[in-house]
Order: sequence, then structure tokens, then C-alpha cells
Amino acid sequence: MHIVVCVKQIPDPAVPGELNPDHTLKREGKLILDESDSYGVEMALQLADAAGGGDVTLVSMAPNDEVSGLRTALAMGAAKAILVSDDALKGADALTTSKVIAKCVERAGGVDLVLTATESTDGYTGTVPAQVAALLGWPSLTFAKHVELGDGKAKVQRQTEAGFDQVEAPLPAVVSVTAGVVEPRYPSFKGIMAAKNKPVDQVKTGDLGLSPDALVSHQNITQVEAAPAREAGEKIEDDGAAFERVVAFLDELKVI
Amino acid sequence: MKIWVYAESEGDKATTATLELLTKARELADTVEAVYIGSNAAAIAPQLGEHGAAKVFTADQGDSLAGVYGAAAIASIVEAEAPDAILFAQSYDGRDAIAHLSAKLDRTVLTNGTSLAVDGDTMTVGTAIFGGNTLVDTAFDGPKPYMAAIRPKSFAAEPGGAAAAEVVPIAGAEPGRAGEAKVLERHVEEREGPKLEEATVVVSGGRGIGAAENYAPLVEELANLLHGASGASRAIVDAGWVPYSKQVGQTGKVVKPKLYIALGISGATQHMVGMKGSDNIIAVNKDGEAPIFSVADLGVVGDVHKVVPKLIEALKARG
Ligand SMILES: Cc1cc2nc3c(=O)[nH]c(=O)nc-3n(C[C@H](O)[C@H](O)[C@H](O)COP(=O)(O)OP(=O)(O)OC[C@H]3O[C@@H](n4cnc5c(N)ncnc54)[C@H](O)[C@@H]3O)c2cc1C
Ligand SMILES: Nc1ncnc2c1ncn2[C@@H]1O[C@H](COP(=O)(O)O)[C@@H](O)[C@H]1O
Repeated sequence: MHIVVCVKQIPDPAVPGELNPDHTLKREGKLILDESDSYGVEMALQLADAAGGGDVTLVSMAPNDEVSGLRTALAMGAAKAILVSDDALKGADALTTSKVIAKCVERAGGVDLVLTATESTDGYTGTVPAQVAALLGWPSLTFAKHVELGDGKAKVQRQTEAGFDQVEAPLPAVVSVTAGVVEPRYPSFKGIMAAKNKPVDQVKTGDLGLSPDALVSHQNITQVEAAPAREAGEKIEDDGAAFERVVAFLDELKVI
Repeated sequence: MKIWVYAESEGDKATTATLELLTKARELADTVEAVYIGSNAAAIAPQLGEHGAAKVFTADQGDSLAGVYGAAAIASIVEAEAPDAILFAQSYDGRDAIAHLSAKLDRTVLTNGTSLAVDGDTMTVGTAIFGGNTLVDTAFDGPKPYMAAIRPKSFAAEPGGAAAAEVVPIAGAEPGRAGEAKVLERHVEEREGPKLEEATVVVSGGRGIGAAENYAPLVEELANLLHGASGASRAIVDAGWVPYSKQVGQTGKVVKPKLYIALGISGATQHMVGMKGSDNIIAVNKDGEAPIFSVADLGVVGDVHKVVPKLIEALKARG
């Protein structure tokens, strides 16, 4: 069983985001593992275990040869990583990112399953998983809140508006997992030490056979402006009778 | 400009998000057509026609995933029909469809749109980033068709009184291996009262309600009394207190009710992006510094276990 987990390395979401003058997202300082992808890493480790062993390879595309987030995922237990860091990818759109990831999956070789999150915390385009599947020509099972492997198939509970669908597809396939599907483990001290020596295959787009014209993002930011702020209204401390003010407010709105 | 809308349904009703997109497309383009994937096009097409679709291209996905099959269906006719743009709802199947189609046609996508503009041959999609604090407009600058996914509730849905839509079957969809994903069974979760996205009043609970068993007597009870729907922050969805279908926010539903009541919710940007557009907001939180108060029209600094039961009692007393 060979499982690839896509892991995005992102600026700390606790720090308020900012844009560069060229409208790209500021990515200064250390990047960290997107928490949404920690579920994919954990899921991969559990599925490999359940399958009686297997390799878990990480794939990440990030600027400046960033490895901090990859080290976190390696410390959780992944065996190795492929990192694509290339100035040609600055401002890449979701399709370009997916082309890079699909090539990395081919480079990893003999892959049975690709796991991703449903959307990244900083970009949340939310299309990368299915775009990667389509580029590889594989089935995609998106929004999985439960995943099992068996009989050469991935079997998932796929989130729907109404509840969930039981969906399955033969491997190899791409599965995107929702947050909370599994409880991501904390890296152990031993894991953290071991991660320092795990192999990270650092590649450029040229190494993946991607030509510059395959990497053009056909979109252009034309305007950025502050959203009209919503004003805070009245604020009261509950002295035991605040509910009366709430009832009066509901009356004003005519919802009761 | 010719705009296509990827139409979706729930049972025999087109989704509100679909009708919103058709209404907006009508304003932007002289030709509006829809693509509907499902076995009941006959029931859905009149609703799409009423909202502006002149034609409804359709195919039945059988037990395949609708979005994946839909992408293959669109790919098979897109060259001949040459739409300038294709709009999708930011929904589960909408996202599958736009993603697969994007890779098939080698076209960029813009997602999470909340506004749309057309100027001549240019299409611009507006999105809100940083928890809705910053608005960004992005224009397509490559070959057509332009493809965008738009968040529900971005536009109003209004019938246009048009004639019945012509139904055109699509025969040549070839989903390939992607079509090997099969739906074996559908589970529908029980829901009482109005839908979360359509309710006039939404009452949501967060981690501050303390425990799963407090959700029914505090959140659901208040929602019922106000003839509203109950929602939740992601914290209590991830904790397994309530199903995901109740989640409000960036990765959940966007709601714009007349009144939103947040009980024990801190007001993380990812939550606020899903409810900031409400007409009125009431927040109850014991921490006077909670960010939710920055958007609340009425903020009560207090304990939900004290304020809410009294409120419920008062509402019941009024009958
Ligand atoms: C990529 C990504 C996507 C996300 N998407 C979403 C999303 O769609 N929706 C969403 O909601 N979140 C989302 N989140 C999570 C979000 O960042 C917050 O973690 C979450 O909204 C917090 O939920 P909460 O307010 O219930 O919990 P907390 O932040 O823990 O807040 C609990 C609040 O309850 C108050 N409280 C405690 N006890 C009481 C009491 N007795 N009475 C009154 N008040 C009390 C506290 O003061 C506190 O303010 C997302 C996060 C990421 C990274
Ligand atoms: N640069 C990247 N490197 C690795 N994985 C990525 C990258 N971008 C997106 N992904 C994966 O695709 C998922 C969806 O991303 P997005 O479509 O950008 O919201 C993420 O949660 C990751 O699992």
C-alpha cells in the first residue's frame, strides 16, 4: 500500500493575513503544516497500518524550500516527502498547483491512494483534490468523513447537503477528507528526532516535466478593497434581567 | 454573452443556489442556459426555465457521482455549444463538477465568489478574504469558457416569467475511470423546521454551551420558539455534538437570516464569514472581549445557562 498525502504549508492562521503589493498572499516567516492536512496524514498512517503496512509519502508545493510543515508531518510518521519549490509557481492558481501535485504523484510511483483535505486554510479554493484526480485520470471521492480500504477499493461516507452517501471507487483514487475524520496524533520526541533524517526529494517544475506555459494562471486580480465594516451595536452585562432586553429586541424585529 | 448554469436539485426541486445563479446570469447575459444532471429533468426544467434558462441540457448519471458525470457531460458538448462562462454553486457536487471540468478543459477556476460582473467580454468574480474583511475582484484573462463557483446566498432568486425551457439530452458523456466512483446508498439526516439556509431566524450554539446535551434545551428550543433553524460552530461539529449539516461558516453554510443568535460562540473569522451578512445579530457570550460582539447589534455579556433559560421561559409565557 503506497499512500500519498498532499500537505500544504501555510502562514500561521492565527496571524492576521496580509496581501503583497502584487496582490499575492504574504508568506513571510516560517510556514506551518495546515491543520486541515494533519487529518490526511493521520488517516494515511491508520490506513497503511490497517492494510498491514505500507509507505506514506508527503507531497507539498511551497515557496523558499520550506520544510517546517513537512517535518511536522514526517514526525507524525510519514516516511518521506517530495517538495516542489520554484519561483515559476509564484501566484499559481489551483489548476497549476494540481498539475504540480499530479506530477509528484507520478514521481512517487506505484501510488494506490492520494489523500488531501477538502480545502486549504489559507486559499480554500477547494478544487485541488478533484483537479488532481482528473489530471491523473483517477476517480475522486470528495468530502469523506469516513474512509476504509478493502477489495482494492476506497469506500467512503461522502458528506452531502442532506446527510451522507456511501460511495466507493476502485484504487488508485483520490480521497479528500473533512476535518475531524480522525484525531491527528502529536509527534513524539522520537518521531521529531527521526523526522530530521527522513528524505525530502526537492524538485523544480522542470524536473517534473512541466513546461512554463503549462503553469500560467489565467486570472488577474483587478481590485482589492476593505469590506464595509459591520458596526457593533448595543452591549449589555447580564444582571439577571438581560433576557428582557432580548425579548424587547425580538419584539422590535417582529420575530415574535 | 452566453452563460451556462450548472443546475442542482433536491428531490424534485431545483436548489435555491441554482435559481440564484440563473437570476444573476439573466442580468449579465443575453443567452442563459442550464445543464442539469439527474433522472428528473422533466420536473426540474420548468423551474429553471421560469428563472431564465432557455434550454436545459441534461444527462442521467445513474449511480455515478453527479458532479463528476456532469463534468464529462459538459465536456462532450462545450465546444459545439461554446458558452462564454459556466457558473456553479459552491456546493459538494458543484465543486466536483467545476474541478473535473477545469482539468479536462485546461481552464482556470475562480471559487468562493460572492459577486459577479460582466463588461463586454470580461468577467470579474468578487470574493471576500480574511474572514470577509477584504474584498478582492479577479478577472479571467485566458480562453473561454470562464468557470466560477459562487457561494449560495450571494444573489436573490427571482422568477423572470420566461417560457418553458427546451430540454436537450446529452448523449456522449465519457467520464472514464472517474465514473467508476459509485454511490451505493444515500443517508438522509432527519430535519425538523425550516432549512438552515432559508430560515428567517437562525440560533447557533458553540463550545460555550458546555456539552452536547445542552444543545437541545438551549439552542434547538430557542430556535423552535422563534420558528427558526438551529446551527452550530465548527468546534461543536468537530466534537461530534451535532451533525456537520448544522455548521455555519467558511467550511459550512452561509446564512443571511433576518436574525442570527450566537450562543457561546467566540466569533472566529471562519465562523463570521458565514453569518456576518445577517440583517440582525444577537450574541450571548460570557467573555466581554469575544470578537462576536464586534458584529452584534445586541450583545449580552453573560452565561448562556442563565440568560437562555430565562429567555425561553419568557417566550413561552407569551405563548
Ligand atoms: C480552515 C478552517 C475552516 C474553518 N471553518 C469554520 C466554519 O465553517 N465554521 C466555524 O464555526 N468555524 C470554523 N473554523 C473554526 C474556527 O476557527 C473556530 O475554531 C470555531 O469557530 C470556534 O468555535 P466556538 O466559537 O464554538 O468555540 P470557541 O472559540 O472555543 O468559543 C467558545 C466561546 O464560548 C464562550 N463561553 C464559554 N462558556 C460560556 C458560557 N457559559 N456562556 C456564554 N459563553 C460562554 C467563550 O467565552 C468563547 O468565546 C474553521 C477553522 C479553519 C482553520
Ligand atoms: N501547495 C500545496 N501543496 C500540497 N498540497 C496542496 C497544496 N495546495 C492544495 N493542496 C491540497 O489540496 C487541498 C485543497 O486545497 P485548495 O483546493 O487549495 O483549497 C489542501 O487541503 C491540500 O491537501
